[in-house]
Amino acid sequence: MVEVTLWAGLIPLADNQKKVTVEATTIRDLLRKLGERYPGPKAPIKNEVAVVLDGTVYRNDWSKELPDGAEVFLMRRLAGG
Amino acid sequence: MSAIAVSTTINGDDVEFLCQPDETLLDVLRNRLGLLGSKEGCGTGDCGACSTVMDGRVVCSCLVLGAEAEGHTIETIEGMAQGKDLHPLQRKFIEHAALQCGICTPGFLVTAKALLEVNPDPTEEEIRFWLAGNLCRCTGYDKIVRAVQDAAREMRGEVA
Amino acid sequence: MSFDATFQEKKLKSVGTRPLRPDGVDKVTGRARYGADYNMPGQLVARVLRSPHAHARIVRIDTARAEGLKGVKAVITAADLPDLTNGNAALFAILDNCMARTKALYDGHAVAAVAAIDAKVARAALKLIEVEYEILPHVVDVDAAARPDAPVIDEGIFTSGVEPKPDSPSNVAARSEFGHGDVEAGFAKAEVIVERSYKTEQTHQGYIEPHACVANCNADGTADLWVCTQGHFVYRQNCADLLGLEVSKLRVTSSEIGGGFGGKTHVWAEPVALALSRKAGRPVKLVMSREEVFRASGPTSATSIDVKIGATRDGRITAATSTLRYTSGPYPDTWAEIGAMTSFACYDLENVKTVGFEVVVNRPKVAAYRAPSAPMAAFAVESAIDELAQEIGMDAVELRIKNAAQEGTRASYGPVYGPIGIGPTLDAARVHPHMSAPLGKNQGRGMACGFWFNFGGETCTDLNISADGTVTLAVGTVDVGGSRASLSLIAAEEMGIPYDDIKAVVADTATLGYNDMTDGSRGTFSSSMATISAARNAITVMRERAALMWDIPVEDVYWEEGQAKAAGSKYGNLSPLSVKDIAAEAGNTGGPIAGHSELVADGAGVSFATHICDVEVDPETGATSIVRYTVIQDAGKAVHPSYVEGQYQGGAAQGIGWALNEEYIYGEDGRLQNPGFLDYRIPVCSDLPMIDTQILEIPNPNHPYGVRGVGETSIVPPLAAVANAVSNAAGVRLSHVPISPPRILAALHKQARE
Repeated sequence: MVEVTLWAGLIPLADNQKKVTVEATTIRDLLRKLGERYPGPKAPIKNEVAVVLDGTVYRNDWSKELPDGAEVFLMRRLAGG
Repeated sequence: MSAIAVSTTINGDDVEFLCQPDETLLDVLRNRLGLLGSKEGCGTGDCGACSTVMDGRVVCSCLVLGAEAEGHTIETIEGMAQGKDLHPLQRKFIEHAALQCGICTPGFLVTAKALLEVNPDPTEEEIRFWLAGNLCRCTGYDKIVRAVQDAAREMRGEVA
Repeated sequence: MSFDATFQEKKLKSVGTRPLRPDGVDKVTGRARYGADYNMPGQLVARVLRSPHAHARIVRIDTARAEGLKGVKAVITAADLPDLTNGNAALFAILDNCMARTKALYDGHAVAAVAAIDAKVARAALKLIEVEYEILPHVVDVDAAARPDAPVIDEGIFTSGVEPKPDSPSNVAARSEFGHGDVEAGFAKAEVIVERSYKTEQTHQGYIEPHACVANCNADGTADLWVCTQGHFVYRQNCADLLGLEVSKLRVTSSEIGGGFGGKTHVWAEPVALALSRKAGRPVKLVMSREEVFRASGPTSATSIDVKIGATRDGRITAATSTLRYTSGPYPDTWAEIGAMTSFACYDLENVKTVGFEVVVNRPKVAAYRAPSAPMAAFAVESAIDELAQEIGMDAVELRIKNAAQEGTRASYGPVYGPIGIGPTLDAARVHPHMSAPLGKNQGRGMACGFWFNFGGETCTDLNISADGTVTLAVGTVDVGGSRASLSLIAAEEMGIPYDDIKAVVADTATLGYNDMTDGSRGTFSSSMATISAARNAITVMRERAALMWDIPVEDVYWEEGQAKAAGSKYGNLSPLSVKDIAAEAGNTGGPIAGHSELVADGAGVSFATHICDVEVDPETGATSIVRYTVIQDAGKAVHPSYVEGQYQGGAAQGIGWALNEEYIYGEDGRLQNPGFLDYRIPVCSDLPMIDTQILEIPNPNHPYGVRGVGETSIVPPLAAVANAVSNAAGVRLSHVPISPPRILAALHKQARE
């Protein structure tokens, strides 16, 4: 089980929860289960999300495993200069 | 309008070309003569990327008409290296990493060469003011000034 | 094969040296070819007609007379770029920005374009296009646009992120919020509270090379595009989407790029040039003028920011809030959200809340500009922090050190930090000789910190070994400032061969796999990771070839210092095989030798910097000169230190220009009044001193050599560092950037009156 913190933009789409708990072992697993549970954020999750694990940003690497007790944070994918 | 026939000297060679009366020297160099080293950054004489030397004087070639080159001597970036041998300024710009994107580099080199011809031992302030008509957005000018200082030292025969 | 990107401490031979860049000779001789330096047989010249109005409905466009002009080969309007965006709002904004559809949304918005046999005919044709406008009320100021009585730019915009959902449209496209803790409780604990409002004006990236491209659409559905861009693969995708081309049939070649800084991450001219070429059946060259660059290409946001910080008298911040309003041009975007994320990222705060509001205005569509959105937020927060330090009588550096984020801190934007470099940059600043150097009359010193997210992203690299053992490295990130040199160093290091044996090139979209945009300071970070991976793959192949040449098991072959060596005493008589030896036999041992890599570079790691600035302010004229400037930033590992220094210096110079001079000035009519380098004044050589740099190297744990991106963070602190210095020199607080002479004089006069 991992506890996932959502960025503000996702909260209204996830029954107004700031944190959700998901049974997941990889980023793919996590995103898929979130998408199933909350159909609202499906599009943003597919296109706009970056997964932050213990402070390190993983943009869209599905195979990345979620370490035990990791801090998982969903952040908006950003543009740079 | 009919084209004007112009005879001039560019980088030591006799050159003849036809141009429209309202065509700039920069357009002639780039579009008619294939001398693409002079760049157009603004077209209004503000950025110096098109700097060339006309009868020993630095000009923005975007502010000179092609027809005005008649009978004059033009030097461009393409004439700066002697065959395979780079001018000391060209070498020092590379050595000092005085360019990042490099679009302003030809203009800076042409302008700096003209400076060292009239003032072989310029102070930092003299270099900065001489080059104030050439815009660089990448470097913050630090390494450009150092490259000019180092090239000047070498050209004066001092060991760096 | 999985790639291990973990940092490994080892002695590096090539990385960290300063060899000559491989494109140096081309660039000092004028031979390097930029966007406008390429021509195709039979090419036409394109020109774009732009709206003179800030906001106007396009009632009618008549192109008949222009089309009838001799020498005109195509005229296009939005009708020639049909909407294929399929409900994708971001893509539609790009399309509409390339060519206005129903309304012109800013002064300079493209409404039509022509392709003709030469520039003169094209210019004449523009004059023959008749556009009937219905002029609408406009708004350009960020605060004015956010007011309820402002003219609404897009009736379809209802503020998102607020409850309840608004029932009337406005120019505030979205609200976003970040933070943690209880700020009210935090302010209740504060002994001192500083609450201020700040403004920053819109600036332009100011690259010296205007946007330029040559486009060719063939009748068989194939197309070519030569263009100056920060991301040719992304341009290919955008252009293919907008024109309905098959992606792989559009080949995009990135020219040398004459500066980008985020401004060449978005398409403007390219879809227009392709559409013209499609219609004319001939290649088309489109080069923007400087005026067009200013009026119609990517400026940054203008902002208005409120900051409130509370602290105890011993200098511990108890709560902090910021409210940030950012313009995004006429289309909604997320620039305020990024500002809200970065604003307090430098600090370890128990209670923090940041709120961003995206504001649409009748100005050009905002594009990224070097650490986009962060400099303005840092200006506001770092100015307020300085005022807080003064209020409680604490040294500005000490106050920041006391509250600096560190490993384990929950960032104001959410996640918890790993190892970060804000503390070390502050420690270095505290003991830097600059900090204690004496100041002269009318001089003042300021300092400030800055934060930026760095990115990685999708990256693909090829490494090919030639018959003579030299190596071609083909990368797909664009070389914006020396990355071919740094990536060659990386390849040399990993393979154990000389730097001079490597030739790095930027491959076009037809010859290499997809690469994300060269943004987010990712060029050297990402492509070096892919280069290391490609080199390791090539070494695996070379070990196999060596085994074959020696007729021994591959497990007994190892790679060391650029050579295949046989392990164990039983092979004592086998001399090591160099890359050259192995390459020479390639034809007999399995053919060409190459290493390929495709990966998503992750773990770029956030970046911090601290800047120190001394200024002298002339109280008579309000003119400011920069007397001394120092940049301290963490590079993880400086691959080619000269170009790292160059990034630090260049970012600082851009920030100084933003702080002191640069701004878009609009008239009452909503027209841009200074679309040229004479009136939009970027720093020139005589405006600046030498810019000192100090490179810190705190290895990035997620890169084999510890590399971090370095390109962007250096523009984040200067606005505040300069503002703090000017405020200290003039004895009056300046809260509106640029701090131009009129604003300084006004502040001095106001102070004298009070």
